Amino acid sequence: MHDKQVRRRRAVLGLLVAVSLILLTAYFGESPSSPLHAVQRGIVEVLSPVQEGASKALKPVRDIAGWFSDTFKAKSQVGKLRKEVQYYQGLAAQYENAYVRNQQLSRLVGLDGSLGVSAYHPVTAQVIQRDPTLWYAQIEVDKGADDGVHYDDPVIGDGGLVGRVSLVGPTFSEVTLITDHSMAVAAKVLDNVGDTGMLVPEVGDPSQLRVQYLPPRSAIATGDQVVTAGFTDGPLEDLYPAGILIGTVSSASQTQLLTSGTIKVTPAVDLRHLDVVQILTRPHGGTARAQVPGG
Amino acid sequence: MSFRIELESLRLTGRLIALGFLAVVFQQACVSQVTVFGVSADLTPLVVMSVGLLAGSMAGAITGFGMGLLVDLVLVQTLGVSSLLYIPIGYWSGRLRELRDPSHGLVPLALGAAATAVAGIGMTVIQFLLGVDAPVSLVLLQQIFVTILVNTLLALPVYAFVRRVLRSALPQDPRRRRRRAYTTGGLSPLHRPSERLGPIPRA
Repeated sequence: MHDKQVRRRRAVLGLLVAVSLILLTAYFGESPSSPLHAVQRGIVEVLSPVQEGASKALKPVRDIAGWFSDTFKAKSQVGKLRKEVQYYQGLAAQYENAYVRNQQLSRLVGLDGSLGVSAYHPVTAQVIQRDPTLWYAQIEVDKGADDGVHYDDPVIGDGGLVGRVSLVGPTFSEVTLITDHSMAVAAKVLDNVGDTGMLVPEVGDPSQLRVQYLPPRSAIATGDQVVTAGFTDGPLEDLYPAGILIGTVSSASQTQLLTSGTIKVTPAVDLRHLDVVQILTRPHGGTARAQVPGG
Repeated sequence: MSFRIELESLRLTGRLIALGFLAVVFQQACVSQVTVFGVSADLTPLVVMSVGLLAGSMAGAITGFGMGLLVDLVLVQTLGVSSLLYIPIGYWSGRLRELRDPSHGLVPLALGAAATAVAGIGMTVIQFLLGVDAPVSLVLLQQIFVTILVNTLLALPVYAFVRRVLRSALPQDPRRRRRRAYTTGGLSPLHRPSERLGPIPRA
């Protein structure tokens, strides 16, 4: 009797582990349009209204917990932020002047300098779920294909780049954040010459990003802003429009630049506390763009 | 007798399914959106650990598999990763109960820390095996450590909640077993010794 129980227990354990390994192997090797992915999309679609309802119902609980957390955080930031306000007020006056000059020069060379975010047909969406693990930096929002959202659409929020749409359902979308290990964005540092590099996350540290492949003798300084580069090469265009703020340079030493061409960047957006985002459904002002097969 | 056992088993299965589903929804809709010391708590390994500790290794492993699969489905992650991590958590929590029957009140606390460590470190190892393109920061270790601390604080309340949900459906709940034995009479060696031993001979 006891032996039978032991055998049964071991068989069930072996079966469960085997099924998990088979699922993992099959899923990992498949394309996004494969049956397993389709089943996953279907289940997410079914569960999405439940999660949306639960998210709304539990908002008061989140708010109370968030209030305590934010109060402690805010207290420690008051002094630092006051100094920053002074600094940015001075900077804002300089930029205002530069902006006016830039408008005039843009008109002179025939550029459409008036292309703001509204030209990209932004769709405002509410965050209904966040991923708790350190490895998958994703959020789910309540807008999908029915609202004009497409696969790979850029997502912004709170004044900066948030990520891109990585899965689209009729009424929901999954957004992969810029801190996810699968992300890479062409970025430009707003130093004197506008050096460009590749922005990648620093896995495990959601408050840090890195810009790689920068010229070794760049004159980048801490505090410089980093924006999307938005390159164009013939018919091909970057997924992200140019000029969207990504963050500010938090560490840039000459040694680091010379040896690895790398700087550290703090994201402009607090990606762990997003409630509302904007999906740019026409990131290139309505022009055609390259599509990823199976997307 | 066998009908009653089947009924109890069905009741336990139903509660485990409901508990697993609600735990995952609550985790995604609420807990994961609140940060404490810069990290979010993860209740799912704690629930799996509690089920294993209360209902045994088989129930623990199956619950771990089911909850892991649900987490992977809901979060659009690689299927099977969380299942693979939660199966040993549920199984070994159950084996600990079956082999040692720990009665100390702080056992869920230690097991909660161990379960979170297995989930956090296991996920890191699997991700490395699957391939990571981006640079990995040492802060990852700090984040895993803080998550373990936060989850350890939550382990006792989660265990108490899971016990409350499952208690009436557990066939081998020690309290029920003890209560049944004493109320039906004669099963305890300490109960009615005169009846058990018969009339005491007098000199």
